[in-house]
Amino acid sequence: MPNPILVVKDLTKKYGDHIVFHDINMTINEGDTVVIIGPSGTGKSTLLRCINLLTKANSGQIWLDGEEITAPGHDEDEVRQHIGMVFQNFLLFNHLTALDNVKIGLSKVKKLKDDQAEAKAMQELERVGLADRAHHYPGQLSGGQQQRVAIARALAMDPRIMLFDEPTSALDPELIGEVLEVMGKLSKDGMTMLVVTHEMGFAREVSDRIIFLEKGSIVEDGPPEVLFYTPKFERTREFLWKITELYGKKESDS
Amino acid sequence: MNVGRFIQYIASGTAYTVSVSLIALPLGLFLGLIFSLLYVYGGKILTRIMSIYSTVMRGIPPIVLLFILYFMVSGSINLSAFWAGSISLGIISSAYQMEIIRGALLSVSGGQMMAARAVGMSRMGAIKHIIIPQAFRMAICPWSNEAAIVIKDSSLVYALGVPEILRRAQLISASTQQPFLAFIIAGVIYFVLVFVTNRLLDGLDKRLRIPANP
Repeated sequence: MPNPILVVKDLTKKYGDHIVFHDINMTINEGDTVVIIGPSGTGKSTLLRCINLLTKANSGQIWLDGEEITAPGHDEDEVRQHIGMVFQNFLLFNHLTALDNVKIGLSKVKKLKDDQAEAKAMQELERVGLADRAHHYPGQLSGGQQQRVAIARALAMDPRIMLFDEPTSALDPELIGEVLEVMGKLSKDGMTMLVVTHEMGFAREVSDRIIFLEKGSIVEDGPPEVLFYTPKFERTREFLWKITELYGKKESDS
Repeated sequence: MNVGRFIQYIASGTAYTVSVSLIALPLGLFLGLIFSLLYVYGGKILTRIMSIYSTVMRGIPPIVLLFILYFMVSGSINLSAFWAGSISLGIISSAYQMEIIRGALLSVSGGQMMAARAVGMSRMGAIKHIIIPQAFRMAICPWSNEAAIVIKDSSLVYALGVPEILRRAQLISASTQQPFLAFIIAGVIYFVLVFVTNRLLDGLDKRLRIPANP
């Protein structure tokens, strides 16, 4: 029996008259890696921000681990501890070393003792292969390394699900691989992941499902082999292959 | 003429100048920090109030404000001219320091707040652990400017009769008929105080600078 970690029901977000997305329904099961694709401006990033309550949706409900987090009076700060978020432009804390970036949530939010927090932070840095950069500041790290630290920072909180908002879009091409590799490993280790990306190689090889979002609603939702080769809508196939050509050359070769 | 004794007499006012500055600057920093946080994060009404406070306080010459505050403070509580003057200068400085810190707070990118919230920090926690430490570093350089101004403006308390450097220089000038010498001595002492302070703050800025910050 699949265990649903995240359930989204009829989620709608608009700014004034402009509808960003409407009536989004999706279920993410434990251990699944789900990729969201779609043209820019279709509300993919806003959807992720609504899921971890950084942005308020106008209507609809979200359950995390069976608990409705959109219920009025729910402690939003507490919810965010259980949802890891990785941003397109990394957003590491500039004044902290890599180690302290990972550690700060543990010591200030989870209130772990200093030595426990440090040990756990170091462990997460090792997981993304950056233990040797622990005492470097963000400005001294490459983009790919910064993003891996950001992943470690999110992982340190032991989240139930990880959200990735175009994690490789701000990276130079030669740095994308190291981040995708870390993400692939995470997926294999059984982390539940919801990933907005244009990396079709990753979508095809790593994801369990692809959700195609266009003009604010879900067009198609299914396993990658289906969406790439026998989608219900021609539009889905068109988009997938167009993006593959634009972004995915290297991965599709392999 | 005994130049050595003049210098000694004027220089003995330095303790007052330094004490007034050491009360006014931290008081101004404390108030300025609170006011700037209210300005930036306090919502519409508080922002408006702080904006009015800043405009009014910065729109009146310090000496005028000093007299107003002095008579207000000393009218309600029994305070010496020294304390009333120092506190008044601190209050005046708070408006300028508020603007310095406000600028620094606003120059920390919005993404930092979002990332802090994403790891589960509250708004207050994010301000305390992420925003302020970064803003503080950016505020040091402009703050050293304000420090210099407060040290120099501490000479204003002479108008209240506090025997600091300028007051003593004036007494020497009057009693010896050598204003040039007296004020040169005062000028040199002020210059040294400001110079040393700025050097210390430059050192602090260098020490706290984040390596290779973009």
